[in-house]
Amino acid sequence: MTDKMNSAAMAKPKKWRDVPMAGVAFGATAEAVETGQWRSIRPLWDSEKCISCLICWNQCPDRAVTTDESGKVTGIDEFYCKGCGICAHLCPKDAIEMKPETDFAAARGDR
Amino acid sequence: MSRREIISGNWAFAEAMRQINPDVVAAYPITPSTDIPMKFSEFVADGKVDTNFVTVESEHSAITACVTAAAAGARVMTASSANGVGLMHEIFPIAGFFRSPIVFGLVNRSLGAPINIHCDHSDSMGERDAGWIHLYCEDAQEAYDTAVMAVRLAEHDNILTPVFVCQDGFITSHGFEPVEMLDDETVKRFVGERNARYPLLDVKNPVTYGSFASTEYYFEIKRQQVEAMENALKLYDGVAREYEAVSGRYYPMLDAYRTEDAEFVVVVMSSAAGVVKDVVDELRDKGVKAGCLRIRMFRPFPFDGVAKALSHAKAIAVLDRSLSLGGTAPVVSEVRSALYRASALIPVQSYVFGLGGRDFFPQNARDIFTDLEKGQIVGEERYIGLLE
Repeated sequence: MTDKMNSAAMAKPKKWRDVPMAGVAFGATAEAVETGQWRSIRPLWDSEKCISCLICWNQCPDRAVTTDESGKVTGIDEFYCKGCGICAHLCPKDAIEMKPETDFAAARGDR
Repeated sequence: MSRREIISGNWAFAEAMRQINPDVVAAYPITPSTDIPMKFSEFVADGKVDTNFVTVESEHSAITACVTAAAAGARVMTASSANGVGLMHEIFPIAGFFRSPIVFGLVNRSLGAPINIHCDHSDSMGERDAGWIHLYCEDAQEAYDTAVMAVRLAEHDNILTPVFVCQDGFITSHGFEPVEMLDDETVKRFVGERNARYPLLDVKNPVTYGSFASTEYYFEIKRQQVEAMENALKLYDGVAREYEAVSGRYYPMLDAYRTEDAEFVVVVMSSAAGVVKDVVDELRDKGVKAGCLRIRMFRPFPFDGVAKALSHAKAIAVLDRSLSLGGTAPVVSEVRSALYRASALIPVQSYVFGLGGRDFFPQNARDIFTDLEKGQIVGEERYIGLLE
């Protein structure tokens, strides 16, 4: 059984005994949970079109839109992005386009 | 100093609760378990316990409050029966999964409809796959002792599984009999303090309960519950022996009565075992090698122990106090499975008895033994005391 620890530091369980008992998430956060696995469509962010208005950053349910120290958008974190498409829908500059994950299957090594 | 009083099964359970002094009790009364929260509420009102007694609007809320309090790190107890248990059904697997060590006084009553209020085991049997330990008590003394023992079993760090402490509605719950109770200090020492592993109230080590488990981990967490049950089977006897050391009373998971050399064995649970044991004595005096195997722990099911206790039998009768409509009654189903696992292909006759509080008499037990002696074993289940 896994001891108390922050889930951010928790390794991905390899065997059934390694999964935290009772399905508890440590640190009261889902930080270590790769919700990106659920994604069926992927946002492609265009740095040329983006004006960093931060509408997508504000509305993203997974806080997957990344920014630099000055608050400029730097991209989308695919570890968390589950492909809801809210960012693409709200973007006033059409800087985000949603593409099917199957388009990237070869790059991911899927068969 | 222990003391002896003439009390009912319900009061005996409530007395155990007073001595255990749980942090939280959330309950909604239903016949025949009503006495338990009623008596306990008097203890609360009289300041005899420190418990946060949560009165709720339904059984569903009662068990939900129990689960959340247990997740917070509290020691929790409650009680219910019949359709109250049925209304809790949705939450029982959650309690099991959250590894909430709730000790639950389940006073067995038939599931309506038709509404009936009397004893059978259809309520608890509906919850046999919920991830709870099931202990079935023969009398009020055992209900008291099991309540105290169950705290240790439920909260054991390698078990962490809720426990149903079952007693027969009215027969045990409302029958008054002498019950010997330990002194408060002994119970307090025996149960100790709950040391929760991941309490929600430990704000320095925050955890989330109830987050989504996708296809990749659900199965694994269920496997951990299987392990907890396996551990309960291994660790039960240690707790029972520790309890014997403080009380002088020992309760094995299987109560094997004169089975050592028995050729004809009746397998039964709860209060009806008393009747069967009396008839066993009667038949033994006549030279019949009769025996009774009372199954006290139904979950986890002690397959090896059952097979061992039945190994000398020429014929076995299994008495179920509930039906599996369109299937095989729960106790006989497990007993047959235990025998098959041990490659012991002994003839087994299934009997259903006592539904809706139908009385079970010594003559019924005699007739069953006669069936076994005559080798009258059929594939179909038989019904005891049915108008036919």
